Amino acid sequence: MASHSQEPQVTVLPPDKAKIKKLWTVAGILGAVTALEFVIAFALDAGVFKTALFVGLTIVKAGYIVLEFMHLKYEVKVLFWSILIPMIFVVWMLVAFVYEGMKMPVLP
Amino acid sequence: MGASYGKLMMWFFLLSDAFTFSGLLITYGLVRSAHPAFEGLPDAFTFSPEYWPIPEKVFDAIPFYHGVPLPLVFVGIMTFILIMSSVTMVLAVEAGHRMDRKAVEKWMLWTIVGGLTFLGCQAWEWTHFIVGTGVPTKVTDFVFINGELTQITKEVVGANLKINQYGPQDFADFFFFITGFHGFHVFSGVLLNFLIYYNTVTGVYERRGHYEMVEKVGLYWHFVDLVWVFVFTFFYLV
Repeated sequence: MASHSQEPQVTVLPPDKAKIKKLWTVAGILGAVTALEFVIAFALDAGVFKTALFVGLTIVKAGYIVLEFMHLKYEVKVLFWSILIPMIFVVWMLVAFVYEGMKMPVLP
Repeated sequence: MGASYGKLMMWFFLLSDAFTFSGLLITYGLVRSAHPAFEGLPDAFTFSPEYWPIPEKVFDAIPFYHGVPLPLVFVGIMTFILIMSSVTMVLAVEAGHRMDRKAVEKWMLWTIVGGLTFLGCQAWEWTHFIVGTGVPTKVTDFVFINGELTQITKEVVGANLKINQYGPQDFADFFFFITGFHGFHVFSGVLLNFLIYYNTVTGVYERRGHYEMVEKVGLYWHFVDLVWVFVFTFFYLV
């Protein structure tokens, strides 16, 4: 058919084994950290230490997702910083709200 | 800037979306810390509007095991499903870089399956939360009797935006708003993923000569996973 000649010539490259292996490693780390969180949820009593541990592990997971899966680590530095620096506002919001929360009367 | 316009704009959209979710989660933290916590051993915990519930006591059911307390198992499974669909998404992006149409189709399809499974799980979880556990909780409510606002105590099973059996009303409202807002992101993500899958199958990206759309929608999909990581910690674990 005539339309076939209009189809572009596509060169399919072979899979990048090293890259794919790395992606599965990141997935393994995410799964393992989630499993660890699950264990901690039952192994430790509620308290500041447990909460801090959860927050820390969450930041580890978020870091892997943003830097590896979303590829931010390998983007140009301008993009990297223009995403990261505005996150200061989130930190500000967190500090401001928690500070206000501590001053609030306890609700029934 | 050295980054493509489309990717840059997707990143800025995600940044603004991150602010929205931060607003929801930080407000949750504020309201929660303003309520008293349950004092006593976790085993002695019962639902009451007097204090904030322990999340693992609320979310302890999984399908087909009614009455068997399996705290956090189901949300754990949901987290795992979303992480897996994130992996299949990066594999689709990787295949796109190599112009491998068949592989992009395969991995996009798996990503859609993962997204739909997650939505199914969430539908079940919402149903369970709304219908309740069968053991009623005594809740104080205000109703109009003969035109006068009167305080009454009634037994409540399940939850809605007005009254619930699990704890203070804010708890149920935040559950609906935070997981609902995230679930809606998953839903629109599945729609976008399907669009990408359709365009891949019909050869749009092959004719265009690149698969950058897969990458852009991939960013959105990973963001949805990222938000769930935070929701999982701050709503279910802490």
